[in-house]
Amino acid sequence: MIRADNIFKSFGEHNVLKGIDFTFEAGKTNLIIGKSGAGKTVLLKILVGLMEPTDGHVWYDNVDLCTLGKKEIREIRMQVGMLFQGNALFDSMTIEENIRFPMDMFKTMTLKEKRQRVDFCLERVSLEGINKKYPSEISGGMQKRVGIARAFVLNPKYLFCDEPNSGLDPKTAITIDELISSITDEYNMTTIINTHDMNSVMEIGENICLLSDGLLVWQGNMDMVMETDNKELESFIFASPFLQKLRKRALSK
Amino acid sequence: MFSLRFLEDFGRFLLWVPQIFKKPENWTMYYKETIRQTYDIGIGSLFIVFIISIFIGAVTAIQFSYQMAGTLIPNFYIGYIVRDMSIIASAPTITSIVLAGKVGANIASEIGGMRQKEHIDAMEIMGVNTSAYLVLPKIIGAVIAIPMLVTLAALLGSLGGYIASVPTGLFQQSDYITGLQSFFVPWNVVMMYVKAFAFALIISFVSCYQGYFVKGGSIELGEASTRAVVVSDILILIADYLLAVLLTV
Repeated sequence: MIRADNIFKSFGEHNVLKGIDFTFEAGKTNLIIGKSGAGKTVLLKILVGLMEPTDGHVWYDNVDLCTLGKKEIREIRMQVGMLFQGNALFDSMTIEENIRFPMDMFKTMTLKEKRQRVDFCLERVSLEGINKKYPSEISGGMQKRVGIARAFVLNPKYLFCDEPNSGLDPKTAITIDELISSITDEYNMTTIINTHDMNSVMEIGENICLLSDGLLVWQGNMDMVMETDNKELESFIFASPFLQKLRKRALSK
Repeated sequence: MFSLRFLEDFGRFLLWVPQIFKKPENWTMYYKETIRQTYDIGIGSLFIVFIISIFIGAVTAIQFSYQMAGTLIPNFYIGYIVRDMSIIASAPTITSIVLAGKVGANIASEIGGMRQKEHIDAMEIMGVNTSAYLVLPKIIGAVIAIPMLVTLAALLGSLGGYIASVPTGLFQQSDYITGLQSFFVPWNVVMMYVKAFAFALIISFVSCYQGYFVKGGSIELGEASTRAVVVSDILILIADYLLAVLLTV
């Protein structure tokens, strides 16, 4: 479980987050949604410890991240996996070396054991046999899956995903969502996804918080979205005329 | 404005340096990275050092030969001048200024590119001390490779002087060789290595700092690379002067 406890963040005069309180539950896919500029990425970076809040606390179970020194934060981070919006795969390394990197750095395993773990992770994301390729030699969707494989190679307790579906076609985006959701269930991870993909909201949103202008304006789950009367959520989720029609139809049945 | 920026950078640099020398998470990974960096800096710069040293030696020989024509100074002095010019000045200082452009810009853009592509964030999330892992091997690599390159530059400078003067008939081979063997002061070689070591530290620290703290996009990355070269060059010249004063007292 990760808890955002009254998080404020300002850049000079500009207040990006204005007191966010939210609990990201273990074993669930927790979504942070909101329009561009709502403060989603800043919140995610604060939760993962890449940015310090101006005020407030971030609790990893019973540990306050904001009071820890750099060494302690690094120890917590060894339980964290993260999928970046741009994948952040190391260009000069092969896929195998990318996935192996955290093990090379922190684990005292034999090369054979590491390779077996890499093969397992690649198989889990349906990418067997691409070990020797470089990131530039595979597609964007495959890069995302390699990013996921690298994120869970050390069996993390917490998984963060920043815009996992950005730049992907709808079918690949669904595959990525399903993969993240099934890995979360399998390893009982606390997964936090920053997204504005409506399909993700409706398919894997087990615990959702909607940010608007730095404030938490709605929280719930995917089942509550369709029947919401929250204006902010309505205007965000059902922004397109097509989705508005679909919603009308669903509600009329 | 400039002094504020300088103070901000200097303060941040002082706070950052202790992070670089924290205990490595995995010695083997650091060792491999150090070998790679030493190779990149050393082997990667061989060609440019070769060309520059040969030509500087050649030009020094020709220019001094021209200056001394018609005087009573014996010809063998040319070899002596070329040798000491190479050891004291051109090998450590000019080579380092050139390496600041080649190696410094390379380091700044490599680390800066990693910052922009979120590679540094990705490593931080894994629990890697990126200040140490990305910077320490480069500093060690520079400190090993640059003095070697400077040694080579000193030898090639003397060779360049020979190539430009003896085969062309400017003066006799025996004169040049006599000059190379005359008035040798071993302390000059010590000075050369002290300078090379200091300049290697300047180039690596400045370039890593500029790359590590880059913000923004490709324009800012270009500016950071340029700043790495300019600041390194200025600091090399200042350090050269200070070392010259200190080591020749």
